[in-house]
Amino acid sequence: MAEVEETLKRIQAHKGVIGTIVVNAEGIPIRTTLDNSTTVQYAGLLHQLTMKARSTVRDIDPQNDLTFLRIRSKKHEIMVAPDKEYLLIVIQNPCE
Amino acid sequence: MEIVYVYVKKRSEFGRQCNFSDRQAETNVDIQPDPSLAKNFIERDPIDAAIQCASDMSEHEVNTERFEMENEGVNHLEGGWPKDVNPLEMEQTIRFRKKVEKDENYVNTIIQLGSLMEHCIKQNNAINIYEEYFDDEETADVADEPPSAKTINVFRDPNLIKRTATHLSWHPDGSKKLAVAYSSLEFQRSSRDMSYESYIWDLENPNKPDLVLRPSSPLVSLEYNPKDSHILVGGCYNGQIAYWDTRKGGQPVELSTIEFSHRDPVYGMIWLQSKTGTECFSASTDGQVLWWDIRKLTEPTETLVMDISRKGVLENALGAIALEFEPTMPTKFMVGTEQGVVITCNRKAKTPAEKIVGTYSGHHGPIYALARNPFFPKNFLTVGDWTARIWSEDCKESSIMWTKYHMAYLTDGCWSTIRPAVFFTTKMDGTLDVWDFLFKQNNPSLSVKVCDEPLFSLRLQDNGRFIGCGSKLGTVTLLEVSSGLCTLQRNEKNLATAMFERETKREKILEARHREMRLKERTKAEGKEEDVKVETEEKKPEELLARVQKEFFEIIEAEIRRKERADKLSKGQEKEVTDENEDEGPYKEE
Repeated sequence: MAEVEETLKRIQAHKGVIGTIVVNAEGIPIRTTLDNSTTVQYAGLLHQLTMKARSTVRDIDPQNDLTFLRIRSKKHEIMVAPDKEYLLIVIQNPCE
Repeated sequence: MEIVYVYVKKRSEFGRQCNFSDRQAETNVDIQPDPSLAKNFIERDPIDAAIQCASDMSEHEVNTERFEMENEGVNHLEGGWPKDVNPLEMEQTIRFRKKVEKDENYVNTIIQLGSLMEHCIKQNNAINIYEEYFDDEETADVADEPPSAKTINVFRDPNLIKRTATHLSWHPDGSKKLAVAYSSLEFQRSSRDMSYESYIWDLENPNKPDLVLRPSSPLVSLEYNPKDSHILVGGCYNGQIAYWDTRKGGQPVELSTIEFSHRDPVYGMIWLQSKTGTECFSASTDGQVLWWDIRKLTEPTETLVMDISRKGVLENALGAIALEFEPTMPTKFMVGTEQGVVITCNRKAKTPAEKIVGTYSGHHGPIYALARNPFFPKNFLTVGDWTARIWSEDCKESSIMWTKYHMAYLTDGCWSTIRPAVFFTTKMDGTLDVWDFLFKQNNPSLSVKVCDEPLFSLRLQDNGRFIGCGSKLGTVTLLEVSSGLCTLQRNEKNLATAMFERETKREKILEARHREMRLKERTKAEGKEEDVKVETEEKKPEELLARVQKEFFEIIEAEIRRKERADKLSKGQEKEVTDENEDEGPYKEE
């Protein structure tokens, strides 16, 4: 339990990280550092996108699976680490 | 009951082919006509029978695919909560979350994902993989690619009877909407069924107009208020001015009274820069320029008659078609007239006579467009008859630069808002020309055939990239210009300044020379006049005629006499020769 806290705190403390969200398989945000409406939006949209990405990868090669998803946009980068049941989403601003 | 039919066939005859043979016709049934049945019917006399001597044709309808798009948003709501948890109750959700967090699977997963994520975050922080290394260097010469224009969208007049798109106005912020005024400019050609509506189009939806404006008479010009994007003012075909508030719908909020409005269609309508943001002025071919305050459209706040002789007589006035106003010079404005003259006026002059400051003439036909260069306000562009001309305020005699005479009439023009030496013109044959005067002056840099019917109006969006052109059948085409034509080239401003100054100097020198020549002639004429002052006092046409006749005959007689003298001289020479001969003769005789 404490390790989870420590891990999430460490992630949030990195340079440029704007927010962290943990989402379960049903799209319910379990832990978040952002406000509710933003969290709900990110959770809903990224959940669907991750499912789509995973199915795409597996369609091309059934032995393959999605390990990480990175979306780089003008303003920041959204990183999604998927798992069977949970989703870890981190939004970082990689400005140099 | 069994029905059986027995027949006998030889075995050897099984499987043989059929042999058919002819047989005479036999009457099987013969039904005679029964005259008594005719009593059930009534005879018909006369009978209508249609005959046509035409080839048989069939009609087919084919509908090409035109898909309608609509933009809709999706609202995300919280969901996925199990049935026993009420998402609105904070306690229940917190309890649920705490329960999940205690799950061992959760702990392991998060730790594992966490390490994966940290790796990527550190990667991001270590180096920016999308870094631009050559940002500081200037981008390569974009002029390598030939200029081009692409059609983005086409907005058609949804009515059956198509009207001309006479004026376009872009929405002041963002330019996502385009207001188009539709009317039929042909004299008495508008039929009763022609709709009076004008539309505001949303660029994303070319199928249906965003807002329908319903004036009492078709709109000839329409402008968005640059300060308040909800207000539009329009000039009608019958001379009235109307203003709309888009929040209030399609009916005009107020209409000017007919008695004080223009007597001809209002061709030009511009908003003024004022503290209240409610002042505008309008121009029409009846020769007047009227100033209005939107809040009180019952009568204009000021009027000015376009009479060049500065007497304010309406009969001598020139019909105004194009208006020009630059917000940085609020007291000056320019009017382009039907007679091909541009009149500059000063709004703050004390007497109406002083209001008209100067005139520039040079066009052979009505001036359809008048625009100041946004970078060099002293130079302005006029579009009329078959040419487009660039003028400088200092040279009143003629334009400093002009395009060649085209095959088709030029209908509208405007400067580019980004490049100082680029301007656009539309022609009656449906082409849009882009002129880059620094690059090529004898031909347009780009000539795009937008449609087959004449183009009537043109409006450039503020970012200089998109152009809307309105055609005779009400089709508004939205074009995007290639980046070479809408990005400022290096040194362009200096080159353009140098070009304008050079041309202005040239014109001034020519003007000065002309003036000198005229002055010389006048002084020569004046010198002669002092001698013959007495004669020149008669001004009656008959005396004038008599004098001219006398002079004419005098000249003729002088010529005849001169000829005779010349003949005599030559004859005299001959005579001398013959005399000599005669002299010699006697010797000979002797």
